[in-house]
Amino acid sequence: MKRQFNIFHNVDKPVLLLYLLLVLIGWFNIYAADYLEGQAGFLNMSASHGRQFIWILISLATAAALLMIHTKFFSGFAWVIYGIALLMLGAVLLFGVEINATRAWFRIGGFAIQPSEFAKYATALALAAFVSNVRAKRTKPVHLFKALLVLVVPAIMVLLQNDVGTTLVFSAFSLALYREGYISGLWLFMAGLAIVLFILALLFNEFIIIGVLAGITILLIFFLRNKAGVAMRLIGLFVLLSVYVYSVDYAFEHLLEAHHKSRIEVLLHGAGDTQGVGYNLHQSKIAIGSGGLWGKGFLQGTQTQFNFIPEQTTDFIFCTVGEEWGFVGSSILIIIYLSLLLRLIALAERQKSAFSRVFGYAISSVLFFHFAINIGMTMGLVPVIGIPLPLISYGGSSLWAMTLMLFTFLKLDAERLEMT
Amino acid sequence: MPFRDHKHAFTYRKNVISTIIIGVTVILLLRLFVLQILDPSYKIFARSNYLRHVTDYPSRGLIYDRNGELLVYNEVHYDLMVIPGQLSEIDTLLFCDMLGISQETFESRILQARRHSRFRPSVFERQISKTTYAAFQEKLFRFPGFFVQPRNLRRYTYPMATHTFGYVGEVGPQVIGNDPYYRPGDYIGISGIERAYEKELRGQKGLRIRMVDVHNREIGSFQEGRYDTLAVAGKDLYTTLDASLQKYGEKLMHNKRGSIVAIEPATGEILTLVSAPAFDPGLLVGRQRTRNYRALQNDTLNPLFNRALMAQYPPGSVFKIVSTAIALQEGVIQPSTRHGCAGIYHTQGISIRCRDHPSPVDAITSIKHSCNTYASIIFQRTINQPHFSNIQESFSRWRDYVSSFGVGQIFGSDLSHELPGIIATADYYDRVYGTNGWRSQTILSLGIGQGELGVTPVQLANITAAIANRGHYYTPHLVGAIGHPDNRQDRFALANNIPIDPEHFETIAEAMRQVTNDGTASFSRIPDIPMAGKTGTVQNPHGENHSVFVAFAPVEDPQIAISVIIENAGYGSTWAAPLASLMIEKYLTGEVNRSWFEQRILDADFITANP
Ligand SMILES: [Zn+2]
Repeated sequence: MKRQFNIFHNVDKPVLLLYLLLVLIGWFNIYAADYLEGQAGFLNMSASHGRQFIWILISLATAAALLMIHTKFFSGFAWVIYGIALLMLGAVLLFGVEINATRAWFRIGGFAIQPSEFAKYATALALAAFVSNVRAKRTKPVHLFKALLVLVVPAIMVLLQNDVGTTLVFSAFSLALYREGYISGLWLFMAGLAIVLFILALLFNEFIIIGVLAGITILLIFFLRNKAGVAMRLIGLFVLLSVYVYSVDYAFEHLLEAHHKSRIEVLLHGAGDTQGVGYNLHQSKIAIGSGGLWGKGFLQGTQTQFNFIPEQTTDFIFCTVGEEWGFVGSSILIIIYLSLLLRLIALAERQKSAFSRVFGYAISSVLFFHFAINIGMTMGLVPVIGIPLPLISYGGSSLWAMTLMLFTFLKLDAERLEMT
Repeated sequence: MPFRDHKHAFTYRKNVISTIIIGVTVILLLRLFVLQILDPSYKIFARSNYLRHVTDYPSRGLIYDRNGELLVYNEVHYDLMVIPGQLSEIDTLLFCDMLGISQETFESRILQARRHSRFRPSVFERQISKTTYAAFQEKLFRFPGFFVQPRNLRRYTYPMATHTFGYVGEVGPQVIGNDPYYRPGDYIGISGIERAYEKELRGQKGLRIRMVDVHNREIGSFQEGRYDTLAVAGKDLYTTLDASLQKYGEKLMHNKRGSIVAIEPATGEILTLVSAPAFDPGLLVGRQRTRNYRALQNDTLNPLFNRALMAQYPPGSVFKIVSTAIALQEGVIQPSTRHGCAGIYHTQGISIRCRDHPSPVDAITSIKHSCNTYASIIFQRTINQPHFSNIQESFSRWRDYVSSFGVGQIFGSDLSHELPGIIATADYYDRVYGTNGWRSQTILSLGIGQGELGVTPVQLANITAAIANRGHYYTPHLVGAIGHPDNRQDRFALANNIPIDPEHFETIAEAMRQVTNDGTASFSRIPDIPMAGKTGTVQNPHGENHSVFVAFAPVEDPQIAISVIIENAGYGSTWAAPLASLMIEKYLTGEVNRSWFEQRILDADFITANP
C-alpha cells in the first residue's frame, strides 16, 4: 500500500523531467522578453513573468491533483468533460471579452482564461473514449464520420471566436486517427499533398501548377502503362487536384479576410514589406538570426530588449530563445521537444487500453502541431497563425491545458496495468 | 498495404508518425542553422535596426492675467540624449570639442547613463545652446546613440508673482512611484499654480517610435505609427491676477518684508498676491535652478516663504471690525451704546492701555479711534452673556463667528501651501487653565486681536471682502477660467455666508469710512474715492512692530478689498495704510497722482534697518 503515499509511484520520470525543464526555460525567457530595467524584481505581478509564475504554481498543483485522481475517472467522465468544454466555448461567444479581434477570453480578475485551450484537452479525452468504445474489427466510414464529428464541433465553435490558429490545431488529431487505422496512409498523403498544393497555388499562377500536374500525370501514365486501370485513376486524380488548385486560388482572392490574406502573402512573397504586415516576421527573423552560434546571453538580446517584436512573450517567445541563447540553445530546446514527443509516443504504444493509447497519441499530436507551427512561423517556414509554444509561451490557459494533457496521460500510464 | 496482422500495421504507422516528427524537427533545425549560422544578413540587420522611443512633450499651458495679458509662456530648449546600448565608435575628440567638455567628463557621463539603463535614453547634457544644437543636428549621423530631445521651459513676461506661479521641476522618485504617467526626467509643477493645476497645464505626452539606421538616421516610423500616440497640448489658464496691479504692488514692497493681498469682493478673485521679499521666477528655470534654489534657501530674508498665504500674524486692532460686528449681532451693544475711555481699561487686576482720543465713544467712533477700552468692554459683554450656562459655551459661539470669516481653516481652493491660521478652542483654555478655570478677562487680549490668534494676509483680505459684501464672501482663488477665457470655473461661485445681519456690517463699513476720512488713517485719504479701512499695529516681541492696514473701496460699490502688512514698519497708519491707498488708487483709476506720496513708500527701506 506504499504507493498511496507516493503520488509519483510509476510516473514516467523522463516526461516529468522534460516537462519541468520546458516550464523553467519558458519562464526565464518570458522574464527576458518583458524585462524592463529599473522595474521591480523577479516576482512583479504587474509583469507577464510575475503572472506566469502564479500560473506555474497553479499548474503544478493541478498536476499533483491529477496524479491523485482515480484512473477510471478520465475514461468515465470523458464525455462530461467534453460537454463542459462545449458549454464554455458557447459561453465565451456570448460573454467573453474581445482581445486582438478574437472573442476567446473570459476575464477573471487580472487573469484572462481561454476556454479553447481547455477544449483541446476535452476533445482528446472524448476522442479516446469514442475510439476505445468501437468494438468493430474493421472500422467503417460511419466510425470515421463520428470520430471527425467529435473534432469538428469544438473546432467550429473555436472558429466562430475568429481564432483560426486554434481551429487548425484540431486537425492535428487526424494523426491519432491515422494511428488507429481510421484514416489510411493514402488519405494522410493526400492531406499532405493538399497542404503543399495549397501553398503552391498561392505562390504561383494556378494554370502553371495545373500544367505541371498534367505533365506529371502523363509521365506517370507512361511509366505505369502496364498496370490495368491506372491511367483512368491518375486522370481522375489530376482533374480533382486541378479543381482544388483553382478553387484554393479563388477562395484566397474572394473569401479570406484581409488580415489572413496579408499574413499568408507575407510568408509567401517574402518579407519585402518590412514596415507593414511583414514586420513581425522580419523582426522575428532578425532576432533569431542575430543570435549566432552561442547567442547574446540572458537579458542581452538587443532585439528582445528594445521590444522590436510585439507579442514576444506569447507567440514569438522563440525569438528570445533564438537571440539570447543562439543556435546551441535553440537546438537544445528543439531536441528537448523531440525527446518529449518520442517518449510520449513510446508511452502511448505500451498502453494496454485503447483509451490510454488514443489519448496519448492525441495529446502528442497537439503538442507536435503547436511545436512545429509555432517555431516554423517565427522562422518564416509557415504562415503566422497565432498559436503559442507549449509550456514556453506566456499564457496561463495554454500552460494549464498542456499540464492537464501531460499529467492525465502520465496518470493513465502509471496505472496502465489496471486499465483494460 | 498488405500486413500479416494488426500488430504490424500499427507498428508501421507508429514508425510513419515518428518519421514525420523527426523529419519536421530536422527541417526546423536546418532552418535554424541557415538563419543563425549561414546567413550573415540578419546580424547586419540587427546592428542597423534600432528603435528610438521619442517622447513628444506637449507645450505646457500658458498663463494669462485677468485682462488676457500673457504672463507665463514656453521656450523650446534641447536636451542631448544618449542610449548607451546604441553607442558605437565615435570621434570623441570632436564630440567633446563641440560640447566643450573634457574626455573624462564624457567617460563618466556615459558610465552614469549606462548605469541608469543600457536600452533607455538618458540625458547626456541638459539644455544645450542653440549654436551647439545647430552644429549637432548636422553631425548627428557621426554619433550613433545620441539624439536631441526638444523640451519646453518656462519664460515669464515680468519677473513677478513668483510665489503665485510657483515653479516646474523634474519629478522625484516618489511621484514616479505613485503616478505611472511620469517617467524619470519629466517635469512637474512643484508649487503655486504650476502645482495646483498640474493636470490641466501638463497636457498629455505623446510617444513616437522611430526606426533608426546604422548611421543614426531616422528611417521612418515603427509599424506605420501604429504604436504612436499624439501629444495633447496643456490647457491655458486665465488667472484672476491684474498684471499691472501685481507689478505695482511688488514695486511698492521693494526693500520691505510683508505682503499685499487684493481681492475682488464680488467674486473672490485674487487681484494681487505679493509676498516680499520676492525673486525673479526665471531663477528657478533651467540649468541653474538647483544652484539658485540653494542660494534662495540660504538667504536669511527667506524669499521662498510665501508670506501672503503662510505667515500667521495676530491681527491686532484690525480685528476690532470683526469683534464689534459680533457684539452688534449678539445684541450686547447697539450702534449708539457709548462708553467713556480714560486711556486705560482696568478689570480685575488686568489693565489694557489705550491711546489719547475724544471720549466717550460709540460703536462707530470706537473703531474710528481704535479704542481698546471699548473693544475690551464689548468683548467681555459678549462672553459674559447670562443666557450661556458656562464660558465654554459662550466662547465657542464667539469662536464660530470668527471662524465664519474664514479664520482657522484653509480655503482649499487653488492656493498652494496655505496655512490655516490660529484660533484657540474652549478645550484649549480648559487644558491650560483647568475646566472652567478661565473668565472673559483671562482671554481679554482676543478682544483687541492679540493672544491666541493668528491670521494670514489672505484671510485678512477675505475678512475685508466679507465686510465689503456686507456679510458674505466668495472663496479667494487665482484661476478664473481654464482652456478658454469663457470657460469659467464654477466651483468658486457659491457664496459663504456669515451669520451676522447686513445692517451691522453697514455700521462697520461706516466706521471704516470714517477711519480713512478723519480717523486713524485720514492721512491716506484718496481724493474722490470713498474708502473704508482699519489700521492695525501688530505687537512684535522680536523687534519693531508690524504695520497693518485693511481696506475696501469704493465704500458703496466695493471693487477691491485689500490687506497690507509691512513687517517692522511700526504703526499701521504710517506705512501700510498709505501703501494700500496707492494700490486702490492704481486699481480704480489706472494711475497714481500722488507722486510724493508714492515716492515716500518707494524710498522706505525696512530691511536694512531690521536685517
Ligand atoms: Zn480708548
